[in-house]
Amino acid sequence: MSAEAAEPLAGAAAAEPAAALPHDRWRPLEVAFWLLPLPCYFLFPGYLVLASQIFITGLFAVSLDLILGYAGIVSLGHSAFFGVGAYTAGLLARHGWGEPLSGLAAAAAAAAAVGFLVSFLVVRGGDLARLMVTLGIGQLFFEAANKAYDVTGGVDGLNDVRMWRILGLFDFDLQGRTAFLYSLAVLVACFALVRRVVASPFGLSLRAIRDGGKRMPALGAPVRRRLVAAFTLGAAMAGVAGALLAQTTQFVGIDVLGFNRSAELLIVVVLGGAGRLYGALLGAAIFMLAQSYLSGINPVYWQFWLGLLLVVIVLFARGGLLGGARRVLALWASARRASR
Amino acid sequence: MLRNLTGILFDGIAYGSLLFLISNGLSVTMGLMNFVNLAHGAFAMAGGYLCVALMRRGVPFLVTLPLVFLATALAGVVAERTLYRRLYRAPHLDQVLFSIGLTFMAIAAATFVFGPTQQPVDLPPFLRGQFHVLGLDLGRYRLFLVALVVLVTVDLEFLIRRTRFGAQIRASVDNAAASAGLGIDVDLVCAATFALGTGLAGLGGALGIDLLGLDPTFALKYLVYFLLAVAVGGAGSVKGTAAAALVLGVCDVAGKYYVPAAGAFIVYALMVVLLVAFPLGFYGRRA
Amino acid sequence: MKSVLRVAACLALAASTARAEETIKVGVIAPFTGPFADYGKEIEAGIKAWMKLNGDRVAGKRVEVIVRDTTGPLPDVAKRLAQELVVREKVHFLAGFGLTPEAMAVADIATQAKTPMIIMNAATSIITTKSPYIVRVSMTLPQGTAPIATWAWKNGIKKVFTLVSDYAPGIDSETQFKKTFGAAGGQIVDSIRVPLRNPEFAPFLQRIKDARPDAVFIFVPPGEANIGFMKGFVERGLDKAGIKVIGPGDLTEDHTVDAMGDYALGIITSFHYSDAHESPENKAFLKAFYEVAPGLGRPNFMAVGGYDGMAAIYHAAARLGGKIDGDKAVEALKGWKHMSPRGPIYIDPATRDVVQTEYFRKVEKRDGKNYNIEFDSIPNVKDPGKQ
Repeated sequence: MSAEAAEPLAGAAAAEPAAALPHDRWRPLEVAFWLLPLPCYFLFPGYLVLASQIFITGLFAVSLDLILGYAGIVSLGHSAFFGVGAYTAGLLARHGWGEPLSGLAAAAAAAAAVGFLVSFLVVRGGDLARLMVTLGIGQLFFEAANKAYDVTGGVDGLNDVRMWRILGLFDFDLQGRTAFLYSLAVLVACFALVRRVVASPFGLSLRAIRDGGKRMPALGAPVRRRLVAAFTLGAAMAGVAGALLAQTTQFVGIDVLGFNRSAELLIVVVLGGAGRLYGALLGAAIFMLAQSYLSGINPVYWQFWLGLLLVVIVLFARGGLLGGARRVLALWASARRASR
Repeated sequence: MLRNLTGILFDGIAYGSLLFLISNGLSVTMGLMNFVNLAHGAFAMAGGYLCVALMRRGVPFLVTLPLVFLATALAGVVAERTLYRRLYRAPHLDQVLFSIGLTFMAIAAATFVFGPTQQPVDLPPFLRGQFHVLGLDLGRYRLFLVALVVLVTVDLEFLIRRTRFGAQIRASVDNAAASAGLGIDVDLVCAATFALGTGLAGLGGALGIDLLGLDPTFALKYLVYFLLAVAVGGAGSVKGTAAAALVLGVCDVAGKYYVPAAGAFIVYALMVVLLVAFPLGFYGRRA
Repeated sequence: MKSVLRVAACLALAASTARAEETIKVGVIAPFTGPFADYGKEIEAGIKAWMKLNGDRVAGKRVEVIVRDTTGPLPDVAKRLAQELVVREKVHFLAGFGLTPEAMAVADIATQAKTPMIIMNAATSIITTKSPYIVRVSMTLPQGTAPIATWAWKNGIKKVFTLVSDYAPGIDSETQFKKTFGAAGGQIVDSIRVPLRNPEFAPFLQRIKDARPDAVFIFVPPGEANIGFMKGFVERGLDKAGIKVIGPGDLTEDHTVDAMGDYALGIITSFHYSDAHESPENKAFLKAFYEVAPGLGRPNFMAVGGYDGMAAIYHAAARLGGKIDGDKAVEALKGWKHMSPRGPIYIDPATRDVVQTEYFRKVEKRDGKNYNIEFDSIPNVKDPGKQ
């Protein structure tokens, strides 16, 4: 049956016995996943700040997954957009406009604008050129922010980021309750948007561009335009994540830009499984939890194990955790079918 | 003014030749095996640390150099046979992640064994100080560096242009399938070239301790420069990498001299400009 | 994993509420790994040295020190660590702060949680203005820079080339030097700010050579950058060209001055601490330090910052009888006088910053090691950066 042949295709919808058209309805597992954070709010009152940072990293990872997992652009400079968003929101608040939601919108717009301009540099050339250009752009932004320390605070960071109440009701408190709910809400909203996009014909065409090489241009699809659009959207999402970080911590450190953040993000996405959106979220959660737990013990070991994990994933577990889970499920499903 | 210019040029060329020495291996790896090896900086760093370890045991600096070359080349062969060859046909992203993973492990290991601070290097007295020639002050060590790199380059050129093995390398870079069809052992060529490339990187790392410093972040700090030299020069092209490395070295030093406020900005801006203008590099073959 | 976290959280909650009445908790935030690892290690060793000599009890309560690693100048990590220390561990004091960004980020937390924040190292002037709960026992860059500027002018140095790292302390230092030296009548021939993470000094040394000043004023982060600079300086023959090297004492700080070897001999600096300082307090400090941190090498001013910071905490705790209230603790520290291993210090009640003696020192070799030998001093130097 053709279903068995369809199984090894990476990223394909789970092999169902009867052919089913892809649909955009929320599956029960997804709904359950999104309900998880709510009990955490009550069970772990001391960990709310960590949780909100997991949500922010998750959003950031999803934005990279859009570019990397779906559009196939390898980027080592995604933190540039994160940083643009963070500084936009931070500077707005520092200079008197501390309204959170409009700050988010402004950050998204700024990051999208920058992403749009950068995308023209990125859609040309092959993987190596893209890698270098994104790396160079990331470093450029870092150096620019460092130079402009009168504005950005440089290495010392931007403080005095005074936020107003969200919707006039909720103050950002020391314990992080508002931060938790705010970042969760923004994450859900943005995720729903991205999910809609990747399930749309546009999203499918991105995957085709990623996989197909010469086929899409031959079909007459406007490859460059699609890539520019995807890249811009990814940049905008990253900007929102950056703004969230600035607003919830009331601080912008210069490490929101820079190579380490970009590289770690890449690891997060691959850890969970690129091209699956939920992989990005899962990777973010596991990475942040492991980092906060293990690097407390010994940061040197943390870096070593992280490197080893990367090597192992690439050599043996392509597709990350979700990919591995999917393969296990597929094996189990085929074993069940075979035993009938 | 002219004196300054020559001084800057000299410093820039010294810096550029060091970059070339290290980047050359990366260029050939990328051109031949189409492998984006971000761990190249880690091999250079390993060479540097090995040199330090040997010097601590009393081995004179000059004697450590060939030892470092051989040891790093050996490490390269082992890595290539066991790990790298599995990923030759893998997507570039996988290669990037794999090599970043190796780099992280190398950095952690270096921090654990040697500590996070800079390592001092004990140069023999005749390599310290400056020569005063025709009114110019030329650093002795930099002169030595340039001379060594020229020597290595000449040898490399001879190897590639005049020997059978060199012909095999050139054939494999141009078209691996056809070369294999002609009976060339592409596998062996790959392994040998990788060894040569990493050996040179290790040598460059040891030579660079005085110029670039050596601490565990070396592997990532200078990676950008190596990648830049290769991307701008064109992967697989020795001439291209040399040209790019020299341009890079001179621009970086000149930039820091004339516009110190701009700092590292210049290099990155230059990179973006050059990559947009030459997406395949100066002498590029593959993107 | 989740259930382990849950159990751990419950235990921690129970434990912390049970112990809140019995211990005084001090949360120390500093880099312990990464390129600035030595900063945190020195501070921690200073803290341990104090506790070795003075015990771990004050006002009938046990003092517990909780250490958290920022791994480098990562202010958002520092902020998160501070928030966790205050909310989860319920610390009574926040302390440490090896780097300026850490202190700047945590200031807000100190204000919100009304927790006293003891700066044991970070040296940029404006830090103490960021929160009314900040008390600094270490030093400021301008404090260490102004004296050497005056000394330079008085000793025949008329033209100076300044070279600093491009970050807040470097810029603080450069600004102060220009102000003081310029006011005395001196001429700044050129000023360069070098990128923070760059050990390649060649082009900058070339510029210095071309400018032919009487002296170079340098400030780069304490540690290897100094060594790299001095090495290049001597290799290019700049010392033989008669150019002196001056700067605040970070240049020849005691932990790394030996690694500079003979390159360092003769450098004159102004600073608040030298481990060659002759006093009974310093002797006791050194003895305790070498006992608690045998493999760390020589102590430097950061260790003294940790040491005196604990002294401040103990003083406040004793004054308040062990019941730590943020506002009262800060009040108790205003005007606090203390005989530190460096000399006498007190906390200025108006600025909550440290006022101390600045010494002029020259690097000399004694018993085969380099020491900063004090030859003159100015007492009661306030932070000129705030005036």
